[in-house]
Amino acid sequence: MAMDKTPLIEVKNLRKFFPIKKGLLRRTIGHVRAVDGVNFSINPGETLGLVGESGCGKTTVGRVVLRLIEPSDGAIEVSGRDITTLGRAELRPMRRQMQIVFQDPFSSLNPRIRAGDIVGEPLKVHGVGDKKERQERVAQLFARVGLRPAQMNNYPHQFSGGQRQRISIARALALDPGFIVADEPVSALDVSIQAQVINLLMDLQRDSNLAYLFISHNLAVVEHISHRVAVMYLGRIVEYADKASLFARPQHPYTEALLAAVPLPDPELQRTKVRVDGDVPSPIRPPPGCHFHPRCRYAEARCKVEAPVLKEIAPGHQVACHLR
Amino acid sequence: MAPVLEVSGLSTVFHTRRGLVRAVQDVSFSVNAGETLAIVGESGCGKTITALSLMRLIPMPPGQITSGSVKVDGTDLLQLDEREMRKMRGGKIAMIFQEPMTALNPLLTIGRQIAEMVMLHDNASRAVAKTRAVEMLHHVRIPEPERRAREYPHQMSGGMRQRAMIAMALACKPKVLVADEPTTALDVTIQAQILDLIGDLQKEFGTAVVLITHDLGVVAETAQRVVVMYAGRKVEEAPIKEIFARPSHPYLRGLLNSIPRVGSARGLDVSPDERLQEISGIVPPLNDLPVGCAFNPRCSLANDQCRAERPAFELKHGDHYAACFQA
Repeated sequence: MAMDKTPLIEVKNLRKFFPIKKGLLRRTIGHVRAVDGVNFSINPGETLGLVGESGCGKTTVGRVVLRLIEPSDGAIEVSGRDITTLGRAELRPMRRQMQIVFQDPFSSLNPRIRAGDIVGEPLKVHGVGDKKERQERVAQLFARVGLRPAQMNNYPHQFSGGQRQRISIARALALDPGFIVADEPVSALDVSIQAQVINLLMDLQRDSNLAYLFISHNLAVVEHISHRVAVMYLGRIVEYADKASLFARPQHPYTEALLAAVPLPDPELQRTKVRVDGDVPSPIRPPPGCHFHPRCRYAEARCKVEAPVLKEIAPGHQVACHLR
Repeated sequence: MAPVLEVSGLSTVFHTRRGLVRAVQDVSFSVNAGETLAIVGESGCGKTITALSLMRLIPMPPGQITSGSVKVDGTDLLQLDEREMRKMRGGKIAMIFQEPMTALNPLLTIGRQIAEMVMLHDNASRAVAKTRAVEMLHHVRIPEPERRAREYPHQMSGGMRQRAMIAMALACKPKVLVADEPTTALDVTIQAQILDLIGDLQKEFGTAVVLITHDLGVVAETAQRVVVMYAGRKVEEAPIKEIFARPSHPYLRGLLNSIPRVGSARGLDVSPDERLQEISGIVPPLNDLPVGCAFNPRCSLANDQCRAERPAFELKHGDHYAACFQA
């Protein structure tokens, strides 16, 4: 793990509430508490894995961190500087350092623009070099992500899913960022192609000291790629720890259930079936107290009224549970 | 015991403007009552077309089942006329899909959709069918089944909808259930619930299950027998423990090595930056397959023979079949 003193990204008490509007006057009748007080930090060259099931708020976190969605509250510090208060013009140079790779390599690339122009677009937007220099830079980027520079004139539909994800990665790398949000970057890919893209992301990290916020529902992929892992449930981080510690000794009952639910590709293993019942509750009216208590097999009276806060139970291992 | 489902020599093609697409070629397998057979492969390997061919749900044209037989309890479905086939579908052989929202009718309540099945196949009265629908919803562990039966698909969560679809598929106690990626769209905790449910119902009704999936973890947890498909053909088949202990085809070996595993941090000394093994290249388009073994351009073991001849699907050792010169 990288041991730099100042984290590259530090998120403090981040909140994002989406208003729910109803009726003719579009009056706000409630809020979806998509992100409800999230704290984490990412060092240069480090990967923070953010896992959780659909609707837990992990994608919203990724977008809010880049200010693609405005936060409702909280601070996002990039190299120590809070970007939540910056205006558009001040934010622009910061954006060069922070990029994103989306899940769906089909909808995240404009089908009518050539691959080379897609990758070159950020350079153009930020006025980097002249046309010829940009062409050369795009060719380098193509080579770096394992595409042939000769493919620069092709359109997105002429590439396979894995190759399109390489184009997305090249686009994210164009401005030499220090930080990339990777939102389910391999979920839409076949397993044999997944491995290619994961290896590419890890190679790029090693070569350029990139930091990733790696958002995924796939625990095996997160375990493979991350240095530290945060587990989200209904807008809150319930467990936050070094990778080895989290996967070896999961402390939150939700993490435990999540890990037990992953089917393992080995028919000889004796599985411990710790099943959770029911669905994830609605983030509009989350249960009081610990959000997980209606599905938790250890829940006690106090879990139903008092929300647990994240506390350190071992060095580098935080958990939000009354029973730990 | 005679198998409930016996598929032999099944081939399905599509006539397209880009030429003949051989989606499924010479696929054979059989499944006993209460048994789960998994068909594994990546997108474009022909696993879904195999499933749709079993149900005779291939759009014709452009599709065409060119040869083979699909016998359920001895009756060859491919020889039936459309009216007889409709009786079989849902009655003897039923299917559940990856995305329940596209398979359920959004305009009808869940209860009504299940009741329709029962009325059609068991000639039940409306009242009996309604009761049966609620029973089935209870069976798939949907809480408050009476109330849920009056709901529309959009009012349910993804997991609930998948349960409702399973209730519908099993309402007439079919002999064979074809499940095409039944849990791929679901979260892991919900996936675990649904797989347990399918397993329990299968035990209770003695259903033969054909499970189509790309997830080797799901296969290991549910199947007794595995068929691996690549580019429209079977490339390997063996009982579950055997195939994971001694994967024979380089494609399956590659797949098994390319997946990161949960728990590798728990003991097994995998360093954080160990590379995953990749299978280079991509699945070939089905209208332009390579000469010889379809996997040869991606295979590290390929030699001149692999590039010239297609290997036969043959017995390699005790109940383990593969189509590979090197296996």
